[in-house]
Amino acid sequence: MRTLAYTRFELRRTFRERRLFIFAFGFPLILYYVIAAPNRNVTDLDGTGISLPLYYMTGLASFGTMMSMMSAGFRIAGERQVGWTRQLRITPLSTRAYMRAKVLTAYAMAATSLGLLYIAAATLGVSLAAGTWLQMTALIAIGLLPFAALGIALGHALTIDSTGPATGGIVSLLAIVSGTWFPVTHGFLYDVGRWVPSYWLVQAARISVHGHGWGTMGWAVVAGWTVVLTALAAYAFVRDGGRV
Amino acid sequence: MSQPSGAEDSSAIELRALEKSWRGPSGPVRAVRGIDVSVRRGETVALLGPNGAGKSTTIDLILGLAQPDAGSVSVLGRAPRDAVTAGQVGAMLQTGALIRNLSVRELVAMTASLYPRALAVDDVLERVGLTAIASQRTQKLSGGETQRVRFAVALVGDPQLLILDEPTVALDVEGRRAFWQAMRHLASEGRTLLFATHYLDEADANADRAVLLARGSVVADGATTEIKGRVGTRTIRATLPDVDAGELAALAGVHSADRHGDAVTLVCEDSDRAIRALLARFDDARDIEIAGAGLEDAFLRLTVDAPDEPVDP
Repeated sequence: MRTLAYTRFELRRTFRERRLFIFAFGFPLILYYVIAAPNRNVTDLDGTGISLPLYYMTGLASFGTMMSMMSAGFRIAGERQVGWTRQLRITPLSTRAYMRAKVLTAYAMAATSLGLLYIAAATLGVSLAAGTWLQMTALIAIGLLPFAALGIALGHALTIDSTGPATGGIVSLLAIVSGTWFPVTHGFLYDVGRWVPSYWLVQAARISVHGHGWGTMGWAVVAGWTVVLTALAAYAFVRDGGRV
Repeated sequence: MSQPSGAEDSSAIELRALEKSWRGPSGPVRAVRGIDVSVRRGETVALLGPNGAGKSTTIDLILGLAQPDAGSVSVLGRAPRDAVTAGQVGAMLQTGALIRNLSVRELVAMTASLYPRALAVDDVLERVGLTAIASQRTQKLSGGETQRVRFAVALVGDPQLLILDEPTVALDVEGRRAFWQAMRHLASEGRTLLFATHYLDEADANADRAVLLARGSVVADGATTEIKGRVGTRTIRATLPDVDAGELAALAGVHSADRHGDAVTLVCEDSDRAIRALLARFDDARDIEIAGAGLEDAFLRLTVDAPDEPVDP
C-alpha cells in the first residue's frame, strides 16, 4: 500500500521533469527517425528479408529502455544530493518499499519509452503480429531487471555530477558490445557480448525479426547479473547510510 | 507480557556513555566522547554548543542514522530504528533542500503517506503557515518557505518525539516568532521536543532545559536558569576613560575585563566585591549597570573552560 502511494508521487515527480523527457524519451526517438526515416523503403536489409525500420526499432528498443531504467540513478543521486534520502531514512518507509518504488518508476519510464518507439516504428510502416509484440515486450521487461539494479547501485554510489557520464558511458559501451547498432554474430565482441545482460536485451527485441529468444544461456546470464547487481545495489545503499 | 518499568516508560531519549568517531581527512575525529543524557517524555530540550561540539552527530545517533562506536541509545524505550519505523519520531535535519517537481501540498502528502497515523495534511499546512503557498512547486520557494516545508514534513507523521537541527537558521524575525509559537503548541500537546541551536536566546526562551555540548562532551545539563546561576557570574558595565583592561581584570571579584572605547565590561565572580573595588580605585566611573549573566555568558564560560583534550591521531 505504502509502496503504491509513494510510487504515485514518485511518478508524478518524474514525469514533470522536462530534461528527463528530452534525454530519456526524445533522444532515442530522434536517433530512430534519423536512421530509419530516410531508409524506410529498405525492406530487405542485407538479404535478410527484414526491413530497416524494424531492425532499428529492435536496436533502439533495447537502448531506450536501458537508458530509462538507468535514469533511476540520476534521480537517486539528485535526492541524495539535496538530503532527501536521509530524510526518507527517518520515516517508516522500509528499504524494500523504497526499492520497489524506484524499480516501478523505472519500469514506467521504460514502458513509456518503448511505447513511443513502437508508435514511431508504426509511422514508418512497421507492423507485427500482436503475439510477437507481446512476446518481445515481456522478454524485454525481464531483460531489464539487471539494469534496474544497476541504476540504483550507481545512484547510491556516485554523485549527481558523475552519474551522468557513468550512465552514458556504460550504456554506450554495452550497446556496442551487445549488437544494438549492428549485428554481432562472431568474433571477440560476440564472445564478450554473450556474457553481458544487454546482449540478451537486444536478443529479446530481436524476437520480432525471427530471433530465437533466449535459451538456457540467456536466462542464466540475465538471472546471474540480476543477482549480482541487486547485491551491489544493496551494498551501495547500505554503505551510503552515513552522511550523504 | 513484559511491563516496561516506570523509568523507561517516561523516558523519551536515553543516551548512555555514547561515543562516535568519524573518519576525517586527517585521521579519526572523535565527535562524541561519552555522552550521558536522558530526556523525559514531554520535555523541551535545547542542545547547545559551538560548531563541532557534536550536536549533529548526537542527533544522527538518536535517529539511527549512525551507529555508536560505544554506549547505547534508546528512543521511546526501544532501538532508534524501531521507533522511527513505528512512525514515532519526526526530524528536521540540518542539511536539506527539497525534492523538485512537487507542490508543497504534494510533498507533505507524500510524506504523510509513509506514516501509520499521519495528521491531516491541510491542518499541518495551516499550522506551519503554508496554506497560501500550498500549490507552489518546491523548487520555487524562498529559504524561509523551504524551512517551513521541512518543518511540515517533520511534523506530518504525528511524532511523539520531534528532533530539529538548527530549525530557525533560514527564518526571518517574523518566521522565527511563528515557528516558536508552533513549537510551544506542539509541546503543549505533550510531545517531546529536542532542538539543536546556537541561538542562545531561543534556548533561553523556549526550552525547559538546556544540554551544553563542547568538544563532544556534556559540559552542563539543567534548566536554563540553573545553568546561568551555576556559572554565578554577573556583569558590570560602566563608562571609564583611559584605563587598562588588565588593571580592571586584576580587581577583587573580577573574572575578566573587556573595553571598547570608554565602555568597560567586567565579568565578575563576586559583583559585590568587584563594585566596591572598582569605585574605590576609579571614582570617576559612571553609567554603572550590574546585570545577571545571560545564557550566552554561561555558554562562553562553560565551553571555553572545558578541558581541551587533544584529538587522538
